[in-house]
Amino acid sequence: MEKMVNVYLFGKRYQVPESLTIMKAMEYAGYQLVRGCGCRNGFCGACATIYRIHGQQELKTCLACQTKVEEGMYVATLPFFPLVKKVYDIEKIKPTQQIMMQLYPEIYSCIGCNACTKSCTQELNVMQYIAYAQRGEYEKCAEESFDCVMCGVCSSRCPAGISHPQVAVLARRLTGKYIAAVSQHLEKRVEEINDGVYKALIEDLMQKPVEELKELYNHREIEK
Amino acid sequence: MYQYTEEQILSMKKVEETRNARFGANIPRMSAEQKDEVLASFHPDYITGAYEELKVGKNKGGKVLHELADLLQGRSRVLDMDIDLTNPDYDVDVLVIGGGGAGSSAAIEAHNRGANVMIVTKLRLGDANTAMAEGGIQAADKENDSPAIHYLDALGGGHFKNKPELLYKLVSEAPEAIQWLNGLGVMFDKEADGTMVTTHGGGTSRKRMHACRDYSGSEIMRTLRDEVFNRGITVVDFTSAIELIKDVEGKAAGAVLMNMETKEILVARAKTVVIATGGAGRLHYQGFPTSNHYGATADGLVLGYRAGAKLLYPETLQYHPTGAAEPTQIYGALVTEKVRSLGAQLVNKDGVAFVNPLETRDVTASSIIRECKERKNGIQTTDGEGVWLDTPLIEMINGEGTIEKRIPAMLRMFGKYGIDIRKEPILVYPTLHYQNGGLDIGANGMTCVENLYVAGEAVGGIHGTNRLMGNSLLDIIVFGRNAGQQAGEKCKSVEVKELTLEHVKEFEKELQDAGISSEMPSPRLLPDYARKAN
Repeated sequence: MEKMVNVYLFGKRYQVPESLTIMKAMEYAGYQLVRGCGCRNGFCGACATIYRIHGQQELKTCLACQTKVEEGMYVATLPFFPLVKKVYDIEKIKPTQQIMMQLYPEIYSCIGCNACTKSCTQELNVMQYIAYAQRGEYEKCAEESFDCVMCGVCSSRCPAGISHPQVAVLARRLTGKYIAAVSQHLEKRVEEINDGVYKALIEDLMQKPVEELKELYNHREIEK
Repeated sequence: MYQYTEEQILSMKKVEETRNARFGANIPRMSAEQKDEVLASFHPDYITGAYEELKVGKNKGGKVLHELADLLQGRSRVLDMDIDLTNPDYDVDVLVIGGGGAGSSAAIEAHNRGANVMIVTKLRLGDANTAMAEGGIQAADKENDSPAIHYLDALGGGHFKNKPELLYKLVSEAPEAIQWLNGLGVMFDKEADGTMVTTHGGGTSRKRMHACRDYSGSEIMRTLRDEVFNRGITVVDFTSAIELIKDVEGKAAGAVLMNMETKEILVARAKTVVIATGGAGRLHYQGFPTSNHYGATADGLVLGYRAGAKLLYPETLQYHPTGAAEPTQIYGALVTEKVRSLGAQLVNKDGVAFVNPLETRDVTASSIIRECKERKNGIQTTDGEGVWLDTPLIEMINGEGTIEKRIPAMLRMFGKYGIDIRKEPILVYPTLHYQNGGLDIGANGMTCVENLYVAGEAVGGIHGTNRLMGNSLLDIIVFGRNAGQQAGEKCKSVEVKELTLEHVKEFEKELQDAGISSEMPSPRLLPDYARKAN
């Protein structure tokens, strides 16, 4: 018999096997999840969770699908958090410092408490990427925030009301579109395709009998 | 440190002892005959007992897995409802069902054509397999490559079953898809001069895998989602489509929707409908674990089938060779193919590399199953068995720091359980990953039902009977955009007639005539993992 632990889901006690994740513990307890459950793999940020272990002061945060239950764990899930998403036209904005001031001026109210970083479920240096955003250093902000799954836990802990994940998305989009160097080989290939350079080549393949295609496939040169 | 069993620890030692000898060693690729043999004997698609014949619908007489047959021939949720179709809650030009990469791309492109678009999704926008795609996206944009070479790779990988006009579109529009994403701000891995960093995937003959570290799908999804919001496109979330609505002329004309929490029923009327509901991993075919997201329950296939659309290759599934076999908490979770692209080998319990790590997915998965089931060279795990994926080789080949830089999500996923993949190998076993087949469409994205379009994993035929890594992220963009463009254009000339659910009743009658009386609510909408008391 597997060892059981006591967990408190929204304050109510359940006994669940200790090997379970918080998400599976909820299902073990009988919940049919409709919210707060997405990819179940740590990529979508749907299952942001806040918990405290009985007798400990510290309030902890995690993704429910990625975290094992512990004895005396008090769990509150955060299936939704009201992040502020500002609307803009990616074609019209430019990667200047002003754009962040216009769209997300609250980042300049950061008091440096570092609660965002401490709470990040991906262990990112959130306060640092906000500092980069303040200075208009979008490439660094993008780099630092790259693994963000937008669970919103950081924002739930922020006394300045910053929507960190949205700031980071803006920084990454600015970096991807405007700051990173243009891929010349890609531009060239799209142009060639539009000029119909490869059309005949592929159409030729399309009308070959399968046996001939198999020959070609089985003897094709493979790049090292 | 993770608590491995004694047997696992002893086997891991053998992997370590043999690592230097395996480093740089040439692991031979299989001949065409050897591949056919391992597929026929060990691929789950060849297990005839898992299949049954469909009794009704366009694919009557065709075979599908039991789990899918149960739903395709299940009981429509609207049969017992009294639904007023005359006063729709939503009235739009284009209705997109599904909020993943294909649905979002379709919505953006339809919006570009001035259409009034609405996305309905049973979870949140972006809760989709797209966000979980780690490895990358293919496009032939390098000097030594061409769309024709890409075509042949995908065709061979798909066992020459790919629908030529769809594959033509996929490879020809691939570079433009990358350009489109880059233009929206997706951060691809690039050299300082802008050259895309590209690698191999299983079955590619050129290095054409573009990536955003191992958050490729996540980066694409969050960018598309941001763009959907920027445009003010209506997103109705936590709401499923439970049936398609047609008009009296038999054209697709909307959907019956259900609020997942309150169960409120809503009616959406639309001039064109795009099904972008994704895959079916959560049906756990043949009892396999899955790498798919929570909502992957083949809803779109069921809706489309009942409305009269045809399925193509619904019997072929992709079992990704490397799902996590240990620790039990992440059983079935995807270990990206990029791990093998970067040089990790598949190794049995005695430390022998038994298959070239870059064979196509179906061949690799079958080889792992053979190694465990027939040759008894697997390692026992909590939930079954597995083989080693020797990750430390990656840093021996590409230098220290490669894992953190190129596959940080993998480092994090195993790190949470005390496993450092830079220093120790990991245990893997095939996991249900992708629905190769789906609804049959033409190059314009439309099914045989007028005004009903399909995009993404719900489409069948693009990949034949086996998809290559990196062609799925590509197809959701190429065919998502295509469906949005086509549906956004078509709606301008559509005049919707009176709405009806008559086709559902007719389908039910067909079922009764075939002697099928099912109580199973269909579509499934979500898996039921809640433990039942007693």
